[in-house]
Amino acid sequence: MDGIHDLGGKQGFGRVQYPSPPHEETWEPLIRALSAFAIRKHTYNMDEFRHAIERMAPRHYLAAPYYERHLTAVATLLVEKDVVTREELEALVTGAFPLAGPIGPGRLPAPPQSFAIGETVRVKNEFVPGHVRCPAYIRGKTGVVVGVSPLYPFPDASGHSMQAPMEPTYDVRFRSRDLWPDSCDDALNHVGVFQSYLEKAEGR
Amino acid sequence: MSDESNRPIATPEQRADAIEIVLRRKGEMPETFVEDFTDHAEEEWVTDNGARMVARAWVDPEFRARMLADGKAAAKEMGFEFPEHHRQLVVLENTKDIHNVIVCTLCSCTAYTIIGAAPDWYKDIDYRARVVRESRTVLREMGLDLPQTTEIRVWDTTADHRYMVLPLQPPATIGWPEEKLAKIVTQDAMIGASRLEKVEG
Repeated sequence: MDGIHDLGGKQGFGRVQYPSPPHEETWEPLIRALSAFAIRKHTYNMDEFRHAIERMAPRHYLAAPYYERHLTAVATLLVEKDVVTREELEALVTGAFPLAGPIGPGRLPAPPQSFAIGETVRVKNEFVPGHVRCPAYIRGKTGVVVGVSPLYPFPDASGHSMQAPMEPTYDVRFRSRDLWPDSCDDALNHVGVFQSYLEKAEGR
Repeated sequence: MSDESNRPIATPEQRADAIEIVLRRKGEMPETFVEDFTDHAEEEWVTDNGARMVARAWVDPEFRARMLADGKAAAKEMGFEFPEHHRQLVVLENTKDIHNVIVCTLCSCTAYTIIGAAPDWYKDIDYRARVVRESRTVLREMGLDLPQTTEIRVWDTTADHRYMVLPLQPPATIGWPEEKLAKIVTQDAMIGASRLEKVEG
């Protein structure tokens, strides 16, 4: 989905607070542990977890500290997986307990294809309504395959509790000036791109 | 912040406690899980793991070759662990003329069992938005002013392999023992926000 989480290349942001100002962690380690427990119990998987964060209301997402996003995703998934109801959660706190927005349909991978190291490939110009691990800044862009990864569950399926076929990702190298012509610093941008997101670049 | 009903949002402390109660009552979470997990994470998943790998790579060319070929196998050889979904550790070698820097634009993925929990700046929306597009500017603002001749490679952690940077060894430290070298390797250098060449002997 073209959500607020897909930040790569967005403009108008400011200086990175570096080094990070120290702050005392209070509830954050608790959330980290609770989320790890639910993952280990296979209550949900990492793709479902990431997609729950992506489904947060944009205002809440941007204002929330990192672990509050985790908190919201855990709570959302516990409700969606029928471990608890929203009312039961709300009864345990004073005030509102915001959850992420509703989940839509996922999708299955494209028919198998393969790409060779050194091959020029294009990222499909796809607009996926559900979970997808293709950052918008490479959509429709052309790069060169420089590596292949082990197989992973296809995130667009696994983020929606669907049986997820395994497929590799390709380490695709882009030139920053092809991604943002005349409006970037010169660099090579490497992105791990799932096989289904790619197409042959010939004939263009 | 408020939700759609405009009621004030409960504090994160209260909401975290509520989730803990739910997982204990309905999720079969053992009484000691949170404490055990937190102790394990804080003791075992530390920056020193990656630092020891880097130091060893600096003094042991065979280990360095294994680490560059298969970072996960090299890490396991040293006794370090990975969560189930981290299937590969890709080690990116800095040279005099190449600088690697890591980001996760879509969330904040890191090899946290190897380089330690991600620092706040790495999770910052400003870093995630800008470093892919304005790498040289962002690094300069963070104190790393790279020469124009340095090629910058930005790695976006969009899949479930994880990256770490193998920094260039500071010339002043050639000949140091591995244990002493490990102490100069920082988390920021293994993400690519800094370089170590200026470390003095």
